[in-house]
This record gives sequence, structure tokens and C-alpha cells, in this order.
Amino acid sequence: MSGFAWHRRSGRVIATFAGFEADLLRSLTSQLVELLRNERATPTEGDPLEAMFDFSGPTTEPDDPVLRRLFPTAYPDDEEAAAEFRRYTEGTLRDGKAAAAAAIIDGLEEAGLPPVLQEDGLVIDVELDPAQATSWLRSFTDVRLALATRLEIEEGDEEYWYSLDDDDPRSQAHDIYEWVGFLQQTLVDALEQGSRTP
Amino acid sequence: MCHDDEVSTASPVEAEPDLTPDEITLVDKPWVTIVWNDPVNLMSYVTYVFTTYFGYDRSKAEKLMLEVHNDGKSTVSNGTREEMERDVQAMHEYGLWATMEKQ
Repeated sequence: MSGFAWHRRSGRVIATFAGFEADLLRSLTSQLVELLRNERATPTEGDPLEAMFDFSGPTTEPDDPVLRRLFPTAYPDDEEAAAEFRRYTEGTLRDGKAAAAAAIIDGLEEAGLPPVLQEDGLVIDVELDPAQATSWLRSFTDVRLALATRLEIEEGDEEYWYSLDDDDPRSQAHDIYEWVGFLQQTLVDALEQGSRTP
Repeated sequence: MCHDDEVSTASPVEAEPDLTPDEITLVDKPWVTIVWNDPVNLMSYVTYVFTTYFGYDRSKAEKLMLEVHNDGKSTVSNGTREEMERDVQAMHEYGLWATMEKQ
């Protein structure tokens, strides 16, 4: 596939996915939704009775390293302020990220991706207005952050990944990470082209 | 789009009559939002976020992005505590690693 492109006449961003690519994207975003909704964003410390009546949000860092990266500590040197910030923001951020990931799944299915992919040679044409495209763009970031955290990707470690055997599952996961990066790059380019076009 | 103003229109003299002029300047916009480098986010995406969210022009956004990339971090905005909490939350929404501190 060639990634996303700005379509001047409709003022939209378009992309064509092979069925298996759309299926892969759905699988990645589904896992993200599951992670964001499963480990509940509720307080775990303090008075249990008080916690029962505290619906406002968590105050401590999530256990899962992916969630720790998606919801970083805002005040590194002030535990109390960090807890307050988390209490007021993490729930909203989680809901927003889960909704954006779910919107990708909906978009792919509305474009013709069946619940279970069987057909070979299926082609999925996606058309996004600028607001939808921005939401997809942010969600691609979340997917890439999640994959990179699981793979323990570090700055400048490309050589290591390319040295792995092709049938090493880590190498395959890294290929997927790079593919989502490619999608994201073409989507940024398409949106910037759109913002320059009257 | 967010704040890009350098001058506050509030009148802190009336609210805090005991402060000297220097202190008034300091309490005005003493907080900063810092974006940290990570091995994941694309340079083009980080620039896109700085132009889209803060409304910075391309050269300013690219300068800040390069600071993040080369120096490991960059101060991307300053303002009141409440303003910086909004900016940090927005950066987290975009998947950038942001923190805030008092200058």
C-alpha cells in the first residue's frame, strides 16, 4: 500500500488497505482498547471506604508499562501534585484514547472490513475528514508507543532489529511497528498538505 | 489553539498588594511545560503537534522539535499553573512525554 494521501477535490484524506492490512490495524487498535478499558483507572490506595466513594480517578502510576508511558507523571518532583493531576486527567485521557482507537475499528468496518476476514484480495478504501484523520493520527501514536514499550525499543537500536532472523517473532513485531510508523508519516504529510491547500 | 501571548492582562497588583514588581513578574507566568525526547515519536509528528496545538509557526515548531531531539528536552510553553496543566494534558493526549515545573 502507499499510505495516506490528501484528496484535494473532496478535502479528505484517503488510503487503500489490503484486507490483511486493515485486519492487522483492527487487531492492534482492539488490543489498545482492551488495555485501556481493562486495567481500570481507579484509586488503589488509602481508605477502602473512601475509595468506594471516590469516582474521580486514580492517583498512582498504572502498573502496566504501556499505560505508564501513555499517562506519564506530570510533576516528577511533587508526588502530591502528580497524584492530583492524575486524578483529574487520567480518566479523560483514557476515554479519549480508547474512543479514538475504537473509531479506527469502526472506520475500517464501515469501509467494508468484515468481522472475520476470509476473502483473499479484499481491498478497503478509507476516506477521512480532517477531524477523523487527526484522531487516527493520535491513535497511531498510541499504538506505536504501546508496541515500542512492549518491544523495549530504544534510541538508535535499528541495527539490532535488522540483525534479527526474519522468522523471529520480535522481528515481525518490529516490522509491524515500522509499518504503523510509515502510515503515520504519510498521514502527517497528507494533513499538512491539506492545511496548505485552500 | 492555545495561548501564545507574552503579556498578561490580569492586574496582579490589586490581587497581591504586598508583592514587589519583580515578584509580580515571577508569579505571573512562572510555570513551564517541558516535552522530553522518546525513541518513538516521529520528528514530523512532533512538529505537527507544536504547530497544531500551540499555533506556533513552522520555524519555531521545528526549532523546539530539534531541541527535544538533540538536547533530550525542550520548554515548549510557559504560563500559569492551570494553563500548563492544560498543555501537559494536551501533550499526553497527543502521546508526547510532557512534564511541568515551576521556573
